[in-house]
Amino acid sequence: MDAIESKHLTKYYGKIRGVEDVSLTVEQGAFFGFIGPNGAGKSTTIRTLLGLIGPTAGEARVLGLDIRRDREKLLARTGYLPSEAAFWPGMRVRDVLRLSADLRRKDCRKTAGELCDRLQLDASRKVEELSLGNRKKAAIVCALQHDPELLILDEPTSGLDPLMQREFFDILRERNRAGTTVFLSSHILPEVQHNCTRAAILRSGRVVACGSVEELSRTGAKRIALRGRAPLDALEGVRDLRVTAEEASFLYSGEMAPLLSALAAGDVRDLSISDPDLDEIFLHYYAEGGAQG
Amino acid sequence: MTIVRHELRQGKNALLIWTGAIVFLLVVCVFFFPEMKGEMDAAGELFAGLGGFTAAFGMDRLNFGTFTGFYAIECGNVLGLGGAFFAALVGVTALSREEGAGTAEFLLTHPVSRTRVLAEKLAAVLLEIGAMNLVILAASLLSIAAIGEEIREILLLHLAYFLLQLELAGICFGISAFLRRGGTGIGLGLAAMLYFLNLIANMTESAAFLKYVTPFGYCDGADIVDNGALDAAPVAAGMVLALAGIAAAFGRYCRKDIH
Repeated sequence: MDAIESKHLTKYYGKIRGVEDVSLTVEQGAFFGFIGPNGAGKSTTIRTLLGLIGPTAGEARVLGLDIRRDREKLLARTGYLPSEAAFWPGMRVRDVLRLSADLRRKDCRKTAGELCDRLQLDASRKVEELSLGNRKKAAIVCALQHDPELLILDEPTSGLDPLMQREFFDILRERNRAGTTVFLSSHILPEVQHNCTRAAILRSGRVVACGSVEELSRTGAKRIALRGRAPLDALEGVRDLRVTAEEASFLYSGEMAPLLSALAAGDVRDLSISDPDLDEIFLHYYAEGGAQG
Repeated sequence: MTIVRHELRQGKNALLIWTGAIVFLLVVCVFFFPEMKGEMDAAGELFAGLGGFTAAFGMDRLNFGTFTGFYAIECGNVLGLGGAFFAALVGVTALSREEGAGTAEFLLTHPVSRTRVLAEKLAAVLLEIGAMNLVILAASLLSIAAIGEEIREILLLHLAYFLLQLELAGICFGISAFLRRGGTGIGLGLAAMLYFLNLIANMTESAAFLKYVTPFGYCDGADIVDNGALDAAPVAAGMVLALAGIAAAFGRYCRKDIH
């Protein structure tokens, strides 16, 4: 059974596209990254999976349960961290956590206490007095305190300082090792690259790539950086070219032989050829999609 | 019951303030009566000479000099308007408030069905209105006893206003499901409009049919005191409207996209 399985999931808001034909498979136990810039449809996908909005077409199962028919059952086993957590003014963090636990008919006080300690969140504070980061922490505890089988996190680190981000990802990795599936939506690529094993890239409402993070990084393109000069104008497959008087750097996805002869023809004093990082891959998918679209 | 409890906690302050304000005005008016009684004959004549306005408040048929007449008119304005505003307010914000504030997302990503959210929210609205009316009735009975007066129709008068509030709350609950935020203006506007429709219906013969449109029609103190009973047909129509509002809320909210 897969943790998340969507088939041709499509959502239109009237005539405006939310997502189109999203087919995803997230295996149980995966640490899955869902990457895309703002407005690509990440939140729309997540909200559809959670039953907040109804799909226009297509279907999806979460933990083997149909998103329309078994909404409550799947929500009972899922923890959700919204990108912008909102609480009722006047409530204390403790009350919010208690309300969330009561709605799940579970006593989560022990786990909640541990999470608050680790995230340094004062549960006696009123929610409207909390900073953005602390509000996020309260939402994190809500999403985690009932030990869900699946965690769906929408832009989880916005507002958290770097130390807290590290603690948060430590917690996520511990949970993941213990068997929890983590579905992490983000536009911050290093976050996905460091933590996720698999990822999908969403662009303008469509999945443009899906695979292991390693595979996605291995697109055949290489990052070439050289010191000196080389005649690059005639080369095919050069992108993102940056040239200064002394240095040149570019992404290369063409044949190796012409590259080597171009480099040999020039005056190259130093050379590095490396796999591009996910940031560059991301740009690659976007640039390509842009050219097609 | 978790959501009911949560709703009641959220609405506690508003309930206390509205109930307190209505009780205060009602009790103050009741305590003014003995003092005003002596001057009432003159006042009654004055009020009787105001033509359309006299009719608007039913003062052409009720004797402002008797406690029953005084209470029916005063009650009509304080409890009628105050209660209607409160009922419209809690009804119209019940669902829309959550969406505007983003808290609907919190509720609905927990394992609770939308039907349950609606049922518990509706229960909370009804409990608040019920509690408010009981407190007001108790305060009213106590203050009336304190000045040594009595009214036979008091329960009937209060029942009429309770039904009016249920009707408004039910309709506004339905409206709430169609809104994405706020709705306070719509709720208060609707209550005020229905109130003025009744005044117009009382003033002109040709607009008398409006009495059957607005729930204030069946709350008319003069009619209730005259007949010793509520007019069943408009009450029944009102309750049907309230149920239609509630049904609309369920129909809409269970399919609604929550953003």
